[in-house]
Amino acid sequence: MNDHSHTPRTKPRYSATFDEYTLSEIRRAAATGIYDIRGAGAKRKVPHFDDLLFLGASMSRYPLEGYRERCGTDILLGTRFAKKPIALKIPVTIAGMSFGSLSANAKEALGRGASAMGTSTTTGDGGMTNEERGHSSMLVYQYLPSRYGMNPDDLKRADAIEIVIGQGAKPGGGGMLLGQKITERVASMRTLPVGIDQRSACRHPDWTGPDDLEIKIEELREITDWEKPIYVKVGAARPYYDTALAVKSGADVVVVDGMQGGTAATQEIFIEHVGIPTLAAVRQAVKALQDLGMHRKVQLIVSGGIRNGADVAKALALGADAVAIGTAALVALGDNDPHYQAEYEALGTSAGAYDDWHEGRDPAGITTQDPALMARLDPVAAGRRLANYLAVLTLEAQTIARACGKSHVHNLEPEDLVALTIEAAAMANVPLAGTSWIPGSNGNF
Amino acid sequence: MNLVLSRVPPDAATHVDLATSSLRELNSALHKLAPDTHETLWKVANPAGRHAIAAGLDAPVTVEIDGPVGYYCGGMNKQAHIIVNGNAGVGVGENMMSGLIHVKGDASQSVGATGNGGLLIVDGNASARCGISMKGIDIVVKGSIGHMSAFMAQAGTLTVLGDAGEALGDSLYEARLFVRGSVASLGADCVEKEMREEHRALLAAKLEAAGILGEVDIGEFRRYGSARTLYHFHVDNVSSY
Repeated sequence: MNDHSHTPRTKPRYSATFDEYTLSEIRRAAATGIYDIRGAGAKRKVPHFDDLLFLGASMSRYPLEGYRERCGTDILLGTRFAKKPIALKIPVTIAGMSFGSLSANAKEALGRGASAMGTSTTTGDGGMTNEERGHSSMLVYQYLPSRYGMNPDDLKRADAIEIVIGQGAKPGGGGMLLGQKITERVASMRTLPVGIDQRSACRHPDWTGPDDLEIKIEELREITDWEKPIYVKVGAARPYYDTALAVKSGADVVVVDGMQGGTAATQEIFIEHVGIPTLAAVRQAVKALQDLGMHRKVQLIVSGGIRNGADVAKALALGADAVAIGTAALVALGDNDPHYQAEYEALGTSAGAYDDWHEGRDPAGITTQDPALMARLDPVAAGRRLANYLAVLTLEAQTIARACGKSHVHNLEPEDLVALTIEAAAMANVPLAGTSWIPGSNGNF
Repeated sequence: MNLVLSRVPPDAATHVDLATSSLRELNSALHKLAPDTHETLWKVANPAGRHAIAAGLDAPVTVEIDGPVGYYCGGMNKQAHIIVNGNAGVGVGENMMSGLIHVKGDASQSVGATGNGGLLIVDGNASARCGISMKGIDIVVKGSIGHMSAFMAQAGTLTVLGDAGEALGDSLYEARLFVRGSVASLGADCVEKEMREEHRALLAAKLEAAGILGEVDIGEFRRYGSARTLYHFHVDNVSSY
């Protein structure tokens, strides 16, 4: 009876708290003494648009015929103060991504794809290049704390100005670009030494708080003779108050970026633990606009984890005027393509998981400044893929809008939605599916 | 457009009174000036602390403002010479590209913030964050400057005849700082550096541009610059990130 070889044994049990990823991060931290830096947005699972469903038309609602009845998608941005608002043909724009973090070919491809579909692209924390201005029929010029490359000539040749207070991946954090990507051209555009690990400021250098921002916006309007729409972009953290203060400061457009929104590079811990999900931010931002009587007068752009036409339609139904895409646009260009699986493995990762964008070794030639890698991305073909993808997003959103009986995607409304989970119902302020219950709803968020 | 313009000989200046004309009218008229304009001298009365006066200019003209200006006077200036006969609010000459801005009084925070070029002179004192994130501008302050000046300053020169407040040059890049008086403290990665002949020549050129070469002893200045220890992420610098 002492034969231990037959004694039943429990299987190895792995901790849910100390899971495989956590253990690897502890070992990495112990070996290096410095935090993990990566690109992209939050990767953890958070309540998202997938947790909402459209009800569609039935006895009490009339649907529109799919191929015969018009469903509009156009949008005018900047109608509050700007003499020259931006007219987009589709309610999907390209979010700010810098030359520096992205290759010149990638920026050109974004411009080509967006322009083909009648929508805008956005510069990033690194100034405006001639390539992106030339290939973008509508270009939004970001005004960031670093002011890298900022100059009045580019300000005047932009179609709109986006004052960046923060972004969803890192509300309260500044930009970061590591030395591998600070080539001579990138360095000269930013007035920095070549090859340094660059840390952008997180606060603007010449204003603090909404009262100052109001004066700053007045200055930018004066410099550009009140022509350009001025956006204010915030990372989703306190979207009700941030939106209200942006409106108070004189913004034409408010951009709210949820935690799934990507970044070129920042600390992993920042990306995963600061800020709130996109789903949780939309209704708060909309409520701020409604409370001020400014809904649809100041336009709202929502970004962070938009992937398909359902996400677009849901954001619009919750009250946004348009959405912006970043990560999805890069994937459309060719980012993380399985075609390069062997090379991703050589970098210690896998197609679909590659996020060390700051290292500048992107096999797809997108998040790099390496001339050989960059040359792999054909900006014409990649631009075509982005245009195709934008077309699909739009067609899908129209499909849903027609099914809900709407002749314009902006006619989608919260009443068209229900939630699959209690969390999503509370965040989106729509009923749990099959019930009339809106958790936590007493008119206040 | 009811801009009240009056050209009074003999100086043939164009006079704008902001008590009767709007800021928009003034800036709009200044923006419309052609590069070869003959209206090269403008005199602005009653600024009364208005913001963004003469912002976004791009013409070789002189604008003389008689009185105090608010935020962002001469913001993003190109070419123009802007004289403020009074005090200036936050961010005077912010992001200026070229030309000259001369504040005859004191200046508030963020003088010449992110400025790329040109010369900015403050006859009096400048407050906190003077020259923050400067990118090539030359700033000369005849009085003293406040705390956190030249924060993340990337390029250009900051010359101070008086004293500097705490944390001068924090997270400095390649801007060069010359201070004649005391420095309350240096910010992270900012160190005093040897004043060699080339630096004395550089400082002399800036003093000459500001019209005060010979009025001060170059030997009294000390030079500050980046130790460049924060240029690369490293575990030993972790407390500075």
